[in-house]
Amino acid sequence: MEPKLRMVLADQELLKFYEQMFLAREFEERCAEQYTKGNITGFLHLYSGQEAVAVGATAGLHHDDYILSAYREHAQAIVRGAKPKRVMAELFGKATGICKGKGGSMHLFDPAINFMGGYAIVGGQLPIAVGLAFAARYRGEDRITACFFGDGAVNQGTFHESLNWAQLWQLPVLFICENNFYGIGTEVHRSSALASIHRRTCGYDIPSEKVDGMDVIAIYKAVKHAAEKVRESGRPYFIEATTYRYRGHSMADPGKYRSSAEHDLWKTRDPLPNYAKRLIDEGITTREALDAIEARYKTLVDDAVKFAEESPWPEDSEVYNDIYV
Amino acid sequence: MAEMTYRDAINLALKEEMRHAPSVVVLGEDVALYEGSFKVTRGLLAEFGEERVRDTPISENTIIGVSIGAAMGGLRPVAELMTVNFALLAMDQIINHMAKIRSMFGGQTFLPMTVRMPGGGGSQLAAQHSQSLETYFMHCPGLRVLYPSTPADAKGLLKSAIRDNNPVIFLEHELLYNSKGQVPEDPEFLIPIGKAEIKRLGEQVTIVSYARMTVLALQAAEELEKEGISCEVVDLRSLAPLDEEAILGSVRKTGRVVVVEECWRNCGLGAEITSRIFEKCFDSLQAPVKRVSGLDVPMPYSRKIEKICIPDKESIAQAVRDVVSGRY
Repeated sequence: MEPKLRMVLADQELLKFYEQMFLAREFEERCAEQYTKGNITGFLHLYSGQEAVAVGATAGLHHDDYILSAYREHAQAIVRGAKPKRVMAELFGKATGICKGKGGSMHLFDPAINFMGGYAIVGGQLPIAVGLAFAARYRGEDRITACFFGDGAVNQGTFHESLNWAQLWQLPVLFICENNFYGIGTEVHRSSALASIHRRTCGYDIPSEKVDGMDVIAIYKAVKHAAEKVRESGRPYFIEATTYRYRGHSMADPGKYRSSAEHDLWKTRDPLPNYAKRLIDEGITTREALDAIEARYKTLVDDAVKFAEESPWPEDSEVYNDIYV
Repeated sequence: MAEMTYRDAINLALKEEMRHAPSVVVLGEDVALYEGSFKVTRGLLAEFGEERVRDTPISENTIIGVSIGAAMGGLRPVAELMTVNFALLAMDQIINHMAKIRSMFGGQTFLPMTVRMPGGGGSQLAAQHSQSLETYFMHCPGLRVLYPSTPADAKGLLKSAIRDNNPVIFLEHELLYNSKGQVPEDPEFLIPIGKAEIKRLGEQVTIVSYARMTVLALQAAEELEKEGISCEVVDLRSLAPLDEEAILGSVRKTGRVVVVEECWRNCGLGAEITSRIFEKCFDSLQAPVKRVSGLDVPMPYSRKIEKICIPDKESIAQAVRDVVSGRY
């Protein structure tokens, strides 16, 4: 039996979850459109389907906590507070982008909101998260480091090295594995000897749990609880969030390795309509009110696209800037 | 000034910088309790305690990654990789992360970190423990690469590296650890990054070299002086950025060049320096540039044949004689 939403959070917070998930979905779908138009180039990994993880997890953290992620990170940056127009401009490769057009889709970064980067070598961000946690503890800061990564990262050496290190040095790191069941086209059970990812932390004596990553409330509660434990104990914790991406690995991937039956099954678990239904059923909002929210965020993403389109390209001289201090 | 070894000069630089800034931390395999495989970190744990001097697991890639995160989070880490050979396990964090982070994030962060790596051959440690990989790091934008030849340079350069706000690869030659020299005791003695030093003035031939090769080049120059050949020895000290002006200035004066490198010749730093000389001061040359290099082979163990794989005083002297006499 699911708890009543109002037992968890106030109406305003509950609605904010929907707003953020809708914004994330709308942003990604517009990215796909802009990629098709040729305005976004390079690799583009979309988050559609996984929104509940970014939204629920971010809400469970403090704003001072560091967040790091991999290369499917637009939603995590935006939900944390990055301006959609500056993210879109980054994807367009424009000078007004959040990283001046030098990072692109896979390398968003915004230290003002403690979003410490999107990293595009699988598993590369895990040691960096451990280092940030070490620095925070060394400096006596009351913040933890939340590190997102996918199921593909768990067979990299850095995964094991980082888990071992975080526990050995007793560092406040919250590891969040977004298990969408596929590393590009290879399903978890074809790449991992133990496909139940959260159980792999026993080798490092790190407590872990599995959470339904299609349920924003479940993720929020799990991360909030885990973050408190990490903050109090100063030790790492591990969450496996099971989820699904509705699109291919990237825009270059038609996703033919997955059956339509599987896709359809996960579509019935889509975090957006299911959560909207809960909000309406429990009398927190109405369909009309949600329509108004959706219209507002569509306009916001329209404005982001317009801003990106109208923004200037970087100057050629910019290539030599920002390499050294 | 005090006489001390290259090892002790590095040790002193670490201690001074740790006293200078509480954000400086030292981490690596066996650096704390064991005091370093080459005893470079002797006394650090006792003076600074276990929060600032930290033993790590044998996880080279993560040693660099943790240092990156620590640097991003406001510390000034000095990581030790036990030898440069093990840096190959960390190349993902070094090349894909450490060298890229500032640029790909649009200049919104910086990494004030130093990675120390002992390296070089000549101790019969065979193929996996005798490499000179300086060129690997020089090739990649975003890194600074330093490689001192004397105790004084080691101290002054390491202090500059630790204070620098960019990631620095700091190479130390294993066969120089016991070499001695005069070292300034001033805790503000710094050697600027990117500046070569002319270690010996001469007229007829420029020898461009670095680290242990500079020591050998100076010995060769001494011997050649007796034969009436005057050599100028340019010690690079900083491999990235290269002090091109110092190299070209000396070449314009002498008109003849021998570049000495311990690394493999193929695509080595000698190739880069040689081509810059040809591109920028061809008209000053009275003879083709000659390279003296490590042989392009995996290092053999046996001391009899290891010896011929690494430049020595005699091979450098012979190269100079060849350039002077026109026997290229």
